[in-house]
Amino acid sequence: MNLTQQIVNAIWLGSVYSLFALGYALVFSVLGVLNLAHSAVFTWGAFIALTAVLSFSMPIPIAALIGMLGAGIISFLLEKIAFQPLRKRGAPRISQLISSIGAAIFLVALAERVFTTSVQRFPLGSIPDDPIPGLPFSVTPIQVIVLVAAIGLMLLLQALIQRTKLGMRMRAVAYNARTASLLGVNVSRIYGITFFLAGALAGAAGTLFGLAYNSMDPSMGEAIALKGLTVIVLGGLGNIKGAVLGGFIVAAIEVFSIAFLRSNFRDAIVYLLLFLILLVRPQGLIGQKEEVRA
Amino acid sequence: MLRKTAALLGLSALLITPTLAFAQDDAPTMGSDIAEACPAPANISGAIPVGAIFTISGAASVYGGSQQAAVQLAVDQINDWGFLGDGNSINILFEDSASENEQAIAAMTKLVDEDQVVAVIGPTLSREAFSADPVAQDAGVVVLGVSNTANGITDMGDFVFRNSLPEASVIPGTVADSVSELGITSAGLLYGNDDDFTVSGYEVMLSELSDAGVSIVGEETFAAGDTDFNAQLTNLIGANPDAIFVSALAAEATPIIQQARSLGYTGPIVGGNGFNSPAVLSQTGEDSNGLIVGAAWNGSSTNPLSTAFVEAFSEATGNPPDQFAAQAYTGAWLIASAIRCADSTDRAAIRDSLASLPEIETPLGLFTFDEDRNPVHPSITQVAQDGVFLPLISEEEPAS
Repeated sequence: MNLTQQIVNAIWLGSVYSLFALGYALVFSVLGVLNLAHSAVFTWGAFIALTAVLSFSMPIPIAALIGMLGAGIISFLLEKIAFQPLRKRGAPRISQLISSIGAAIFLVALAERVFTTSVQRFPLGSIPDDPIPGLPFSVTPIQVIVLVAAIGLMLLLQALIQRTKLGMRMRAVAYNARTASLLGVNVSRIYGITFFLAGALAGAAGTLFGLAYNSMDPSMGEAIALKGLTVIVLGGLGNIKGAVLGGFIVAAIEVFSIAFLRSNFRDAIVYLLLFLILLVRPQGLIGQKEEVRA
Repeated sequence: MLRKTAALLGLSALLITPTLAFAQDDAPTMGSDIAEACPAPANISGAIPVGAIFTISGAASVYGGSQQAAVQLAVDQINDWGFLGDGNSINILFEDSASENEQAIAAMTKLVDEDQVVAVIGPTLSREAFSADPVAQDAGVVVLGVSNTANGITDMGDFVFRNSLPEASVIPGTVADSVSELGITSAGLLYGNDDDFTVSGYEVMLSELSDAGVSIVGEETFAAGDTDFNAQLTNLIGANPDAIFVSALAAEATPIIQQARSLGYTGPIVGGNGFNSPAVLSQTGEDSNGLIVGAAWNGSSTNPLSTAFVEAFSEATGNPPDQFAAQAYTGAWLIASAIRCADSTDRAAIRDSLASLPEIETPLGLFTFDEDRNPVHPSITQVAQDGVFLPLISEEEPAS
């Protein structure tokens, strides 16, 4: 029972990490830049959904969509304000990274003002959190929903990038923005759309995270931000499938280091493994070499 | 010369006091033991300025409002009685720290420099105290925290006092009560290993459990900011302990309780101060049944001073008091007692008087300060039942 339960725990935690890492990976794949404000957008998505439920008594699914939309818009504005001006002036990528850190600090501080720093949650009973009966292990309906959402959104995103015109344009911009622009792709628009999609994914992750753990405060994104970064580096920077695979691997290492070793060693083992993988495969588990990435 | 006059006046006051003290009802009243121990002051006159800094607005305003009402109640009682001598009164000056450290500093500076208060009660939050108390310390003004529970508060200086039990003083009683009352023989421990506060809580729990002969069947850790405790809890539950002891901050309390219950654990969860919050109960619903936490005070205490306080507070405000109110009320009485026993409005004399107060009956129980100006009084072990905290051990019947 113990081992089965730990496997369930690992799958569940993996779906949370994957869901968060998807948006991170999407922005990196198109822009080649880490958006460190992604975790702040995640927080805002969660709180927008929470406000929709608490102040406007909306049902959870509608509130989740509003959270996704709101986070998408914030992410879109983030691109226009924190990234585009720098890119237009040809600033180095590191400047955009620093700019995203500034944006993250601003967004979190604003969230502290608007939503206060106290821990909040969705109203009791708004989500089914009693374990599903009749199983040899404990799993709640919300855990299944998060798992399905993580895999579903990954497949949708993969299809969007590989099979649609928009996806083709995104890949073209990712390969070479200048060439894409010469071929008639509106690069600025593609960047905006990419950020909107990444933001909406962050909003979905934030809302589901808030529902699943029942504990939301403006700093909720900080703890998962570092995990998300680990996940996409491990999976292969900017690789959508890699983000999901990385999420499940990091979660599995965490859970099994607790199950078989000691919880004290959890983070040490995760980061040691990350270090070893980067030593052997700098491009990540299923990442491609820099020159062929698209 | 002055001293001689003072002594003479004091002597004459001594002769008058007993009539005053015995003029009170038979029912126990707050301050009657001090009234017996120290004569009514003779060297002070008029309105004595005392400051109070509470977070009346801002994020933590839920505490400040309750504290202000309780201090006001105490001051009204003190002045109505003439506790500081006939015609003398406490002039209480409230300042709002708005849950902000900078504003707490500004309020402290104003009270100490402009209003020339003889002592300050507050500020509400430990972090505000760390910011503002040095101002009082530098000016040589007593500052009495009534809700600061962080480590190191009184290390700021010899003018810094508190009457709020730090967590390390509550846990031993909580562990002893839960072990004896629930017959716990094996325990699992879960704690945050990267935070001073949670690590020291864990160390106290561990040593108390070992002293009580409880076998530790599992120890698990997490990091501050974690939200998923499923893996650790699965391990602990698998070891089948009689109870799970948790040293965590408030933010982690809710998810820990919920995840333990979702994993099928139905036994007691014994927590530290982080779990002692109505918010934790309302956020976890029936999952919190069987949650055990220690507290400085519980509203259902049968201590006569406590029931008298509950009645007076409810009458004055229309709401029952919480622990913060009981501590603030006691704090105001402690300051008044220190002034009475010092028979002076000199700031240093009041400090010395407060530090050497005799044991005093309060709503928190028999109260005194230790040599580090931290409080010594019994804690109470509570168990959550259907959304409220009740005493684990009924005071009427002795523990079995």
